[in-house]
Amino acid sequence: MSDLTKIPYYPGCTLNTVAKHFEESAAVSAKTLGFELVELEQWNCCGASFPMSANNTMGLSAPTKVLVEANKAGDTVTTLCSVCYNVLKRTNKVVKDDGEKRRVINDFIEEDYDGGLNVVHYLEILRDTVGFDKVKESVTRSLKGLKIGAYYGCMLLRPFEDMGIDDHEGPTIIEDLLKALGAEPVDFPNKIECCGAHLGAGGKEGEEVVSRLSACVMRSAVGSGAELIVTSCPLCQYNLEESQAEVVKNVAGYSAVPIVYFTQLLGLALGQADEMLSLDKNKWDVRELLKDKEV
Amino acid sequence: MPRIGVFVCQCGNNISSTVDTAKVAEEMSKLPGVVLTEDYKFMCSSPGQDMLKETVAKNKLDGIVVAACSPHMHEKTFRKAVEKAGLNPYKCEIANIREQCSWVHHDTTKKIGTAKSIDLTRMVLERLKRNKNLTKISIPVNKRALVIGGGIAGIQAAIDIADGGRDVILVEKEPSIGGNMAKLSETFPTMDCSQCIMTPKMVEAELHDRIQLYTYSEVEKLDGYIGNFSVTIRKKARFVNEDLCTGCGDCWNKCPFKADSEFEHGLTKRKLIYTPFPQSVPNIPVIDKERCPKILKDKCGLCEKVCQPEAIDYTQEDEIVVEEVGAIVVATGYNLMDEARFAPYGYGKLKDVINGLQFERLASSSGPTGGEIQRPSDGKVPESIVFIQCVGSRDESKGVSYCSKICCMYTAKHTMLYKHKVHDGQAYVFYMDIRSGGKRYEEFTRRAIEQEGAMYLRGRVSRVYEKNGKLMVQGADTLSGSQVVIEADMVVLATALVSRQGADSLAQKLGIGYDKHKFYSEYHPKLKPVETITGGIFLAGSCVGPMDIPESVSMGSAAASKVQALFSADMLDREPITSKVREETCNACWDCVTACPYVAISKKEIKNRKGEVIRMVANVNDGLCTGCGTCIAACRSKTIDLAGYTDEQVYAALNAF
Repeated sequence: MSDLTKIPYYPGCTLNTVAKHFEESAAVSAKTLGFELVELEQWNCCGASFPMSANNTMGLSAPTKVLVEANKAGDTVTTLCSVCYNVLKRTNKVVKDDGEKRRVINDFIEEDYDGGLNVVHYLEILRDTVGFDKVKESVTRSLKGLKIGAYYGCMLLRPFEDMGIDDHEGPTIIEDLLKALGAEPVDFPNKIECCGAHLGAGGKEGEEVVSRLSACVMRSAVGSGAELIVTSCPLCQYNLEESQAEVVKNVAGYSAVPIVYFTQLLGLALGQADEMLSLDKNKWDVRELLKDKEV
Repeated sequence: MPRIGVFVCQCGNNISSTVDTAKVAEEMSKLPGVVLTEDYKFMCSSPGQDMLKETVAKNKLDGIVVAACSPHMHEKTFRKAVEKAGLNPYKCEIANIREQCSWVHHDTTKKIGTAKSIDLTRMVLERLKRNKNLTKISIPVNKRALVIGGGIAGIQAAIDIADGGRDVILVEKEPSIGGNMAKLSETFPTMDCSQCIMTPKMVEAELHDRIQLYTYSEVEKLDGYIGNFSVTIRKKARFVNEDLCTGCGDCWNKCPFKADSEFEHGLTKRKLIYTPFPQSVPNIPVIDKERCPKILKDKCGLCEKVCQPEAIDYTQEDEIVVEEVGAIVVATGYNLMDEARFAPYGYGKLKDVINGLQFERLASSSGPTGGEIQRPSDGKVPESIVFIQCVGSRDESKGVSYCSKICCMYTAKHTMLYKHKVHDGQAYVFYMDIRSGGKRYEEFTRRAIEQEGAMYLRGRVSRVYEKNGKLMVQGADTLSGSQVVIEADMVVLATALVSRQGADSLAQKLGIGYDKHKFYSEYHPKLKPVETITGGIFLAGSCVGPMDIPESVSMGSAAASKVQALFSADMLDREPITSKVREETCNACWDCVTACPYVAISKKEIKNRKGEVIRMVANVNDGLCTGCGTCIAACRSKTIDLAGYTDEQVYAALNAF
């Protein structure tokens, strides 16, 4: 296994804790596809979405420190969490393009980083480095017949001019992956709408916003025929999982669907055992559906 | 010794308030070669000009400096005056002591202004001493015009030029003339039927003795210059003999194959041998060679069998025609932006999301539904339609920063057409602002809102999606500050008007300018709106920018009048300020050829007595050269000089400072 391509990997806070199953399924799938996620030796919190608020140069110092560490490990760094991806990619762009801010940040953290790193999401590695064709060839357990709604959320794609991972208003990267796995992606109107993000931490009013927005996403997906929703972000996953019980309660005719990370399905299709993918950690279990669909 | 007169103008107090003109005159009189000076109140007045003429004649002056306003204002005036006094007009030079001196200095002690005026005048004086007599370049004018584009602007230009007694060649790349206007149902704000006013124009163009139509043809190459262009036109193979075809329609009735109709914007099919629409001019079909099985693999041939006049000719090839003309009107029109770029609005995915021109076809009595508003998916009459304005327009992220100008009006018209045809139907319009500047335009949009019941919502639409057979239009209503979702049966996108596909390559062929949106550039956006930087090439219609029908027609007529003016004389006078090549020193590096924005420099062969080419040198075409000087800056061997602005003259002026 020594010939695996090593790719520096920044987990961020959630992937080591509440989204451990996201990380594990990504890591084990990576190995099947010939690469290895190598966690950075040292890292700190990227600051979540807060550093990206206006005129917060100081806030960029934390993510820049992550970039500096990553830069020691290689010329590319990958993330799984959409928020980390967003913060690192945009911070990197600021450091690269804005000479004044670069100077201020470097002075403060006593480094000399120029923004030369390439920040990519795990999805981009699958698409651009491995290639979906190769992913398709590696599938041993086709997800044939599974109707899946790919939920992007916002941080993976926005702001459009900075992120550039895919078409900014009609992304298909997750659907393309799902097709490679044999599944049947279902297009739904709210796939790039916000889930409510951090607002859930903001008291009762915030919680209401989250449950309303997450409900819209799930109703839209299920209404368009999805039997299963995949996410690419721990925050989206959390918000949808936590809101679904209420949707079931409030919306007549709505029945709960499993909500899983795309990497868990990837692992399944690549032949990994359920336990390796921590399928039991999802609040809305996918295993029954898999059995029903004879996947 | 030269005999130069210097005339210093006070320009009322425009100059004299900050310049001591008498002092300037006095200083000039001390300089060698100056035999006479004048300090005068208004040089440009009739008495001023008369004085100039008399003084020149009486004192046998051989050079004149007028220290006055910018040469843009009165150089022509003074040159004409000295010419009448028997002097070569290019021996009269202007020192600009108004715009470049008195107006920008506020020192009322006149110290600065006077000193600077003396410098400026002295510099011009030294330059003038090295002026040569120049003669205007006279070139013949071929009094035939070419109009590129057979939409309403081009047709109007062609008819106007032809009515003025000049021959016109009208080139249209589609199989029929008519352009976008032929597709429209009714026109704002009068609501008269577009085809009813368009087809007579098309027929007039077809039947006009002085108009020669080249449909299904494209301009391939342009050589020459104002008054003397040579145009290479590619007549694409129709596979139908135009002289034999009677337009009976047997061929297209019998053709068993179909493809999406371009004219109907894909709302219906056409045959593979087809005319774009029933009123096509000329009424001669073309064969779709990309699809026709006879052309592709020699199968079928039905059209040939049914054609009684035996006009079908599968062996026809593109024909190259060269035409000589003296002036060109470019009227190539616009395209709608590709709606595929609006994924959230579902265009191309949701069948009942259509664009404005498709709606025109649906509403048109000659359209695919005979004028009944039916939605494309199932032919149902829509109970509600949402119209979305500014789709792409005014959206930097889509690369269109400008307003498409006509959409507010045609959307209001669409709501009315819909209401007139479906009385119970409800129209909704999402808009950013309503821009209805124009005669009777504001009244028209008000009528749509106030009398015809269209519901206007100020805000953007974020997405359109399908739910239970309805189109859900989700957007913001910024006036009530709420999110709205409207259930509609059909959605019409007012997509941005963009430049015609290939506009840039045509501009490069013609040597005219275009902006970053590939709309053609006027010589001056206000004062020369139909001219281009290239002499003899004029613009009309929406190839310049989004434009409605009245504007396009006006511009077509305006361009025609420019052509008429150009054709009014047999010979054309051009300023002699052109580049001159010293052939002895040209080392044929061709930097000048690359640098010249007017394609005025060519390569000329120098031959010995035996007629063998011994070397090549640059050669400037006086008809094309505008005297911009770019080639001179590019020339390494100092071989090119500009008549009237030679290096010698310029250095003399600089050394006099």
